[in-house]
Amino acid sequence: MSEFRFAVNVLPKPGILDPQGRAVELSLPHLKVTTVSRVRVGRRVELTVTADAESAARAVVDGLAKELLSNPLIETYAIELLEATSSAVSTAKVTGS
Amino acid sequence: MRIGVVTFPGSNSDVDALNALAVAGVEPVSLWHESPDLHGVAGVILPGGFAYGDYLRAGVIARFSPVMRGVTDFAAKGGLVLGICNGFQVLAESRLVPGALLRNRSLRFASKIIAIKPQRLDSAFTNKATGAPLHMPIAHGEGCYYADEATLDALEAKGQILFRYVRADGAPALDPDDPANPNGSLRAIAGVCNEAGNVAGLMPHPERMSESILGSDDGMQLIRSFVESAAAWETAR
Repeated sequence: MSEFRFAVNVLPKPGILDPQGRAVELSLPHLKVTTVSRVRVGRRVELTVTADAESAARAVVDGLAKELLSNPLIETYAIELLEATSSAVSTAKVTGS
Repeated sequence: MRIGVVTFPGSNSDVDALNALAVAGVEPVSLWHESPDLHGVAGVILPGGFAYGDYLRAGVIARFSPVMRGVTDFAAKGGLVLGICNGFQVLAESRLVPGALLRNRSLRFASKIIAIKPQRLDSAFTNKATGAPLHMPIAHGEGCYYADEATLDALEAKGQILFRYVRADGAPALDPDDPANPNGSLRAIAGVCNEAGNVAGLMPHPERMSESILGSDDGMQLIRSFVESAAAWETAR
């Protein structure tokens, strides 16, 4: 078994009102920044999945992203693999066999 | 007759809802979030508050609580379920009613008395209402009703829009920036029901306007509608 560390990046769907993004955008003139537009504020969730293979781990994350971490009516999500490591437990097993 | 009110960790209007039911003359039953057993009640209220801290998105974690398994089964059998404020958010996240509740357009938590108008008087949740505007408190940060255009059109066509925010002249506050539309809801929607008409949610708090000593009993029109419809459902079963 290995451990896979993922990030799930959730953003409001294009066209959905994003008052937080708008508030950030409206603050930009106070910073004398005039070259930045289309700010969207979302949410990032990082999590670790124990699985045999990356594809299996990714399937778990995809299910969670759809059911829990995002609301598909109003949000989109993207999954990003951050790190894959063999866990100590599985290493011990491999050594023992 | 017994009507249940669910208490989630973070519910804060559950006692108000239990009280409103007692005022309406039925036996209120407190239902705990950890059990799917609804104890044979004839109707269920999901009350206001901040279930499970409203972490991630308002209502989403409550969706996966044991009691919601019981509520979902109950709704599938035709049982009446009313979600108030956070309860509406839980119903929307559970996909028991259409749409989603976004952060208020103002980004402010809205706590004030507003006016809503029932859009039909033949639903299980409005059949004892007079049809006049009802004044009730709102207290929420995420009450901006959203659904895509096709869904909104379908809701209108099927009569699933139960309540709209209205201006002092009684006209719906369709402009999301109208002060009478306190959160920027699309088409001034304050409450909707599912297609079958037995599950409804609204952002304003009828249970907090259930006795004249609370300032008004406008909310009792909706509580009575719900209670009497639940009684009729139980008798017919």
